[in-house]
Amino acid sequence: MYVYDEYDQRVVAERVAQFKHQVQRRIDGEITEDEFKPIRLQNGLYMQLHAYMLRVAIPYGLLSTKQLRMLGHIARVYDRGYGHFSTRQNIQYNWPKLEEVPNILDDLASVEMHAIQTSGNCIRNVTSDHLAGVARDELEDPRPYCELIRQWSTFHPEFAFLPRKFKIAVTGATTDRAAVRFHDIGVRIVLNEAGERGFEIIAGGGMGRTPHVGPVIRSFLPYPHLLSYLEAILRVYNQYGRRDNKFKARIKILVSELGVDEFRSRVEEEWEQIRDSALLLTEAELDRVRHFFTPPTYETLPEDPNALAAATLSSNRAYGHFVRNNVKPHKQAGYCAVMISLKVPGIPPGDVSDTQMDALADIVDEYSLGELVVTHNQNLCLPHVRQRDLPALFERLQAWDFAAANIDKVTDTISCPGLDYCSLANARSIPVALAITDRYQDIDYLEDIGEVSIKISGCINACGHHHVGHIGILGIDKQGVEAYQLMLGGSPSDDASIGKVIGPAFSREEIVDAVDTVLKTYLSLRSSDDERFIDCYRRTGFQPFKDALYANH
Amino acid sequence: MQIIKNRQLTSDDWRHVQDAEALPAAGDVIVSLARWQSEHDVLAGHDGQVGVRLASSDELGPLVADPAALAKIPVIALEFPKFTDGRAYTKARLLRERYAYTGELRAVGYVLRDQLFYMERCGINAFELKPGKPIESALEAFAEYSVTYQGAADDPRPLFRRVDRR
Repeated sequence: MYVYDEYDQRVVAERVAQFKHQVQRRIDGEITEDEFKPIRLQNGLYMQLHAYMLRVAIPYGLLSTKQLRMLGHIARVYDRGYGHFSTRQNIQYNWPKLEEVPNILDDLASVEMHAIQTSGNCIRNVTSDHLAGVARDELEDPRPYCELIRQWSTFHPEFAFLPRKFKIAVTGATTDRAAVRFHDIGVRIVLNEAGERGFEIIAGGGMGRTPHVGPVIRSFLPYPHLLSYLEAILRVYNQYGRRDNKFKARIKILVSELGVDEFRSRVEEEWEQIRDSALLLTEAELDRVRHFFTPPTYETLPEDPNALAAATLSSNRAYGHFVRNNVKPHKQAGYCAVMISLKVPGIPPGDVSDTQMDALADIVDEYSLGELVVTHNQNLCLPHVRQRDLPALFERLQAWDFAAANIDKVTDTISCPGLDYCSLANARSIPVALAITDRYQDIDYLEDIGEVSIKISGCINACGHHHVGHIGILGIDKQGVEAYQLMLGGSPSDDASIGKVIGPAFSREEIVDAVDTVLKTYLSLRSSDDERFIDCYRRTGFQPFKDALYANH
Repeated sequence: MQIIKNRQLTSDDWRHVQDAEALPAAGDVIVSLARWQSEHDVLAGHDGQVGVRLASSDELGPLVADPAALAKIPVIALEFPKFTDGRAYTKARLLRERYAYTGELRAVGYVLRDQLFYMERCGINAFELKPGKPIESALEAFAEYSVTYQGAADDPRPLFRRVDRR
């Protein structure tokens, strides 16, 4: 993974010093809370319902065990013993004290981490495919480009006060696991007709209250132009993005109001002016950053699919389910990627305790070459596991409540913090996620239902990505009472689609039953055991589900 | 009044003349872009220097249409109606980097110490701080960072072209 040099280290150290001073000036009353707001926001510090929340950047989700141990330390010393992994591949702490935040930033800087630009109307943490570097369907590892973007965007002087927040995702695989069509900018590594590699650039996607599937604005961009093209897009957005209405300020609105063609021509016109400027990436810089992501030294091991298949039928049924659902193919023979589900009964999705983090760091050192990835589904991934280690690894994970075998299943919900923490929320989301987890504890039934994604947001800002859940749940305020809209048919991937609201909202008491009705309807409608929920829904359409849901209303 | 110019405190007597106000008989004035365009002849005969003020919603087009006229403007004031309105950062960079403007670029309006670093990197060299904010200590803001990753108006080269990072 990327290792800081003296320059990177100086940037984070100087940021800590600056922020210490800013906190002091706030405490002294030299700056108002209003003026402190953009300062703290660009440092990931939010005012929540009950306390400040600190969001720490995990660039493209990648963590070393040294970093993971520090995250556990911070949870223990400055918080209430846990952290929350988010859909942006970051980690959030819900109870830090303002005066201690500079110390937290100091601790983070000591392991090459920071909270820079994890909030505010600026370019945020770059996200990527959680299987980056190990996926079999990968054309090229996207992380060097993520890192180049991270550095370019860090304290970019022109783009610190954009109309609204700005999120960039990069993938190098043929299957999109980074939701690139739902970001302000999505970057895909592609081959052109001549067989050369470069980038496809998507702009103007997003969720929030008006979801948009982002259009492709450039089908092929040679490597060295990455930063100049991004700068051209940001410059057009900074000048023309709406600033009169916060809810219309994202780039998706600019792209749709101008039309894709006009937006593209403004970007291209700007790019023509700067494409051959000093922004052009040099071969030396590309090589330098790529070098950090050369694959680790793997052992030469036999690929043994029969052993894996046999494991799924193990007499240890929990282990069998785990291998079937949580183990993903790896490009290196004899290895696999192992998903750790953070969706277990009684624990909010994405929450991990300090002792779990410490234990996991030991496990990752032993079984995954010291690397761990946070996924945008609020799970974790061990990217380099020897297949033959799976039984031993499973036992270790089980001891720490890390062995739930429900990846991509009904209980693998995504949920925003909701009204339990968030000042924007209209309704609670975590209790709904937990109620779904409790309802579906029969693993055989989960496997029978197969792949379904349920995504829950507590308000229309869509932090829980409800628009792109196969089943989406949106918390609303119905005359002062929490209620939940149900939507069906969303997908964040290559078959990108936005879910449709199916009918009147349900109460908290009704919503899990409603989900159950949808699932039972699917089971009765599917053409075979292999037809996934989303495929069945797309074939049969809306009506049978609506009929089943509202028959008695 | 005191302003920061080229990282130093200096006293300044440029006068901001609003559109509804009559032009004073003499003295250095800053007028809006609209007035600069519509009262060109009057301003040409003004006894004193004339600078131009750009609102954050103004387009650069009219100002840069005639490069010779642009080069003669002694001061361009970029307005920050709110510190969260970042349009002037782009304007500043374009004026410096694309239109080779070498006169004074002055930040006016909601100008706070914590934005000075970004503003200076974009080519702004004079700052009228928001009234009531300590100006002396604001000078420290320029020295808070010794490393920058990107090229900007202060140096077009990104870090990777300035130093050997291997």
